[in-house]
Amino acid sequence: MIEIKIKLNGKNVVDYIEADLLLIDFLRKRGCYSVKRGCETASCGLCTVLMDGKPVLSCSVLAARADGHEVQTLEGLQEEAKAFVGFIADQGADQCGFCNPGFVMNTIALLRENPDPTDDEIRAYLAGNLCRCTGYEGQLRGIRNYLDSCKRQNES
Amino acid sequence: MEHKEYKSINKSVRKKDSMQLLLGKPVYMDDITPSDALVVKLLRSPYANAIVQEINTAIAKKVPGIVDIYTWEDVASTRFTIAGQTYPEPSPYDRLIIDRHVRFVGDVVAIIAADTEKTAYKAMNLINVKYEVLEPVLDFRTAKDNPILVHPEEDWFPPCEVGGTNKRNLVASDINSHGDVDAVMSSCDILIDRTFHTKAFNQAMMETFRTYTCLDRYGRLHVVSSTQIVFHCRRILSRALGIPKSRIRVEKPRIGGGFGAKQTAVCEVYPAFVTLKTGRAAKLIYTREESQIAGSPRHEMEIRVRLGADKDGRIRALDLYTLSNSGAYGEHGPTTVGLSGHKSIPLYTGGLEAHRFSYDVVYTNTMAAGAYRGYGATQGIFALESVVNELAEKLGMDPTVLREQNMVREGMHMPAYYNETARACALDRCMEHCRKIFHWEEKYPVRDMGNGKVRTAGVAMAMQGSGISNVDVGSATVKLGEDGNYNLLIGAADMGTGCDTILAQMVAECMECSVDDVAVFGADTDASPYDSGSYASSTTYITGKAVEKACADLKKKICSIAAKMLKCQVEEVVFEGTRVRRIDTGQTVSLTDIAYKSQAFSMQSAEATATHSSPVSPPPYMVGMVEIELDKFTGKVTILDYMAVVDCGIPINPALARVQTEGGIVQGIGHTLFENVQFDRKGCPIESSFLQYKVPTRLDMGRLKVEFEHSYEPTGPFGAKSIGEIVINTPAPAIAHAIYRATGVWHRELPITPEQIALSHGEK
Repeated sequence: MIEIKIKLNGKNVVDYIEADLLLIDFLRKRGCYSVKRGCETASCGLCTVLMDGKPVLSCSVLAARADGHEVQTLEGLQEEAKAFVGFIADQGADQCGFCNPGFVMNTIALLRENPDPTDDEIRAYLAGNLCRCTGYEGQLRGIRNYLDSCKRQNES
Repeated sequence: MEHKEYKSINKSVRKKDSMQLLLGKPVYMDDITPSDALVVKLLRSPYANAIVQEINTAIAKKVPGIVDIYTWEDVASTRFTIAGQTYPEPSPYDRLIIDRHVRFVGDVVAIIAADTEKTAYKAMNLINVKYEVLEPVLDFRTAKDNPILVHPEEDWFPPCEVGGTNKRNLVASDINSHGDVDAVMSSCDILIDRTFHTKAFNQAMMETFRTYTCLDRYGRLHVVSSTQIVFHCRRILSRALGIPKSRIRVEKPRIGGGFGAKQTAVCEVYPAFVTLKTGRAAKLIYTREESQIAGSPRHEMEIRVRLGADKDGRIRALDLYTLSNSGAYGEHGPTTVGLSGHKSIPLYTGGLEAHRFSYDVVYTNTMAAGAYRGYGATQGIFALESVVNELAEKLGMDPTVLREQNMVREGMHMPAYYNETARACALDRCMEHCRKIFHWEEKYPVRDMGNGKVRTAGVAMAMQGSGISNVDVGSATVKLGEDGNYNLLIGAADMGTGCDTILAQMVAECMECSVDDVAVFGADTDASPYDSGSYASSTTYITGKAVEKACADLKKKICSIAAKMLKCQVEEVVFEGTRVRRIDTGQTVSLTDIAYKSQAFSMQSAEATATHSSPVSPPPYMVGMVEIELDKFTGKVTILDYMAVVDCGIPINPALARVQTEGGIVQGIGHTLFENVQFDRKGCPIESSFLQYKVPTRLDMGRLKVEFEHSYEPTGPFGAKSIGEIVINTPAPAIAHAIYRATGVWHRELPITPEQIALSHGEK
C-alpha cells in the first residue's frame, strides 16, 4: 500500500492505495460518481478530470501519480458548470447523459484557456470526447448560445 | 393536416433529467447500487466452434476472495432467448445460461463470482479448459445447408413458426409478393440487378451492458439493469432461471444509451444466477471489449435488389432478396430481416406494379446479432436507394426528380407495407424543402477543386414504422396529487431519448397544467403499468396514446368527485385545469380540494390507467442530402454538409426530435465511412476496442442541418409519428451516391473506407 495525499475538490485527502490503482477507480471509490468509464483504451474522454487545472483522462493516470496534486471532478465544479450547461439542456443535447461529465469538464478547461473560442476551436478541443447520442451539433449550439449570451451581457 | 394551438405540445422544453445528467449526478446503475456487491466476470471461449471436454475450476476456486465459479454443469437445461420481444417471441429458444457447446469467440464458458475484480481476473487465468475444437461456419453465404451445424441440439425450439430449422442453419425464411414481378420485369425497358453487403455494426452506446442483482426485503430477485425492456427482461429471467415471475422485480435507472442494444437481455442472467446461488448481491459490468465482441449488434446482410423501370423513369417492379446473418444465436433474426424489404420497397409505392420480397436468416459462428436502431430497414434502404440513384445516373435524370415521380404520397394504399394507407405523408414536401435548404442544384454537379479534390452531393429517402402493429402495448397511469399536480407512471424506458419528458408534455396538454407539474416514474415491473418497452419506434406513438387515454379517464374521475362535492350531476360540471366548475351556479372546487376529498371516505380513486395498441404502424418519412469533398489520391471523404428534412407527424418536442435526427445521421455516417466489424480466419473479432472501432468524433461529421415538414397522423397522439430510428437510414445511400459522383465507382459494401475508394479507381 502506498500513502497518497491529494487535494480533491478543495479538500485535503490522505489515503492508502494499491500501486496499480487507477485514478478513475480511486475517484469513484471516494464518491465522485460523475467520473465515468466508457472504454479501456483512453479513446472516449468520459473519465476526464482536471489535475492541477489541466484536463487528464483518469483512466490513464495512476492514483499514485496524483499524489501531491490537486484533482477536480465535476462534483467540485458545479457552479462553474451551471453557468453554461443550461444552454446545452435547452438544445436537448444532454440525451443519455453518460458522456456529459467528461465533456462538461473538458469544456470548463477549454473556456478557462480560451474564453472566446471559434466553432472550429470548440470542435478541435473537444474532439476526444465521444458522444453516441447527439451527433455533437446540439452540444456545439449550446456552447455557442452561452458564449453569445456572455457577449451580450458584457456589451450591456 | 390539423393546425392546433398547443400549450405544451410541439414545444422544445428541457428534458426533465437534463440538469442531473449535465451536472454528473449519480443516476446510473453503477452509481446507485452498493459497491460491495460480488463482482461477476465471464470466462469466454477463444474458439468460434468448440465443445468443452473438461473444465477444471479447483485451483481457481482456491484464490482468496473467490466465492464460486460456475460451469455448464451447474446450469439448467432449459433453452431460452434473450431477445426482448412480446411473447411468444419470434426468436428461437436456442440459449442456455452456459452451454457446453460454445458457438462464437466470446461465448460464455464460466461465470466467476469474486470479492473484487482483481481476484476474479486472477481466478479466470487459473481455470483449465480442454476444448474439442470444431470447424466453424464463418461466412454467412455458406451457412444455409452447410454440413456443419451451429445448433445441432435436439431441444432447439422456435416459439413461433417463422420458417426456420436448426438442421439447416436456418433461423427464418419467407417469401411474399404482390403482382406478377417476373412478368412486369420482362416488360420493363431497364433492369438493374445489384448486390449489397452491410456489416454487424455495434451500437457503441457510451454505457456498456451492466446489471446489478440482489435479494430484496421479501427475498425476491431484485434486478437493476440498464435495459430498454423491464417486462420482457422479467419474463426472460423467469424462464432462464426457472423461478416464477412473481419472484422477480426488474427496474431500470437512467440508461447511458441503448439504440436497441439493450432490447436484448445481454448480461442480466449471469449476475442473477450468482445472486440466486449465493444469496448475495452481484454486479456485472461489461468492458468495452465485451460490448464489442459479445453484445447484440446489427445483422450483417447481403441484399440483392432487382429493379425494373421504363425509360421515362417509372419504377414498375422491385424484387429484393435478403440474406441475414444472425450469428451464433437467433435474437431478433426473424424480425429484423423483414424490415429490409417492408420498410424500403413502400417508398416507391407511386408507380409500382409488382414487388417480391424473400429472405433467409442463417446461423454462423460469429457474435449473435440483435436490435440496432433501424432494425433491418437501414440495410434495405442502403441497397434500394443506391439502386434508385444508379437508375437516375443511367437515365441522366436528376435523382430528386426521379424520386418525385415514384415516391409514396399521402392517401396512397401501400401493398408493400402490410396493405396500410399512407394517411400522413409529407415525403414530397420533405424532398422539395431539403432541395431548397441544401441548394441541391448548386451542390449536385461534380466540382473539381483543382487540388486533387472534388466536391459533389448525394441524396436518399427513408421510412420506418411507429411501433409494431397488432403487437406492441403501451400503458400509462396518471394520478392526481394534493397540490393539483400529477404523477405519471410508465413502463417505457427513457434511454436518453427524452420519452419521460415528451409523455409529461402530453399529460400537461391534456390536464391543462404545466410540464413541471408532472412527475414521471419509470420503469419498474413492480410499479409501472405493463409496456412492451422502448423499441421499434413505439414510445411516442403507442405509449403516448395510452397517456392521452389515461388523462381522459382521469378527467372524468376528477369531475365525478367534484360533482359530488358540488352536489350536482357530473354532466353539470366542467374541468378547468386548476379547478372544476359547476356550470349553472359558477361554484368551483380546486384540484387540491378534490385530491384531498379522494383521500377521505372515498369510493373513487383520483388516478387512471390506460393501455393502447395499434392495428397500424404509420411510417415517418425523411430526405437526406450530403455534400462531400473527396480526395482522389487518398480516397478520403470529408463530409461538408448534411441536411435532412423529416416528417414525424407533429413533433411533440422539436428540440429533442432534432437532436435525435442529428445523432442518427452521425451514427449513419459512422457505419458508412469508419466503423467496421471483421473477423479473422478463425472467427476472432478484430475491432474489439474503440482504437479499431472508429465511432465518429466531432471532427468527422461536417455541418448538420435538420428541419421538419409536419403531417398529421390521425391515429397518433396529437398527430405524432415516430422519430427514433428512421434518422439513421439516409447516410449510407446518400454518401455512396456522392462517392459515385466523385469517382465513377459504386460502392456496395459498407463501410466505404479511403483504401477501398483509392484502390477502386479505374474500376468504372
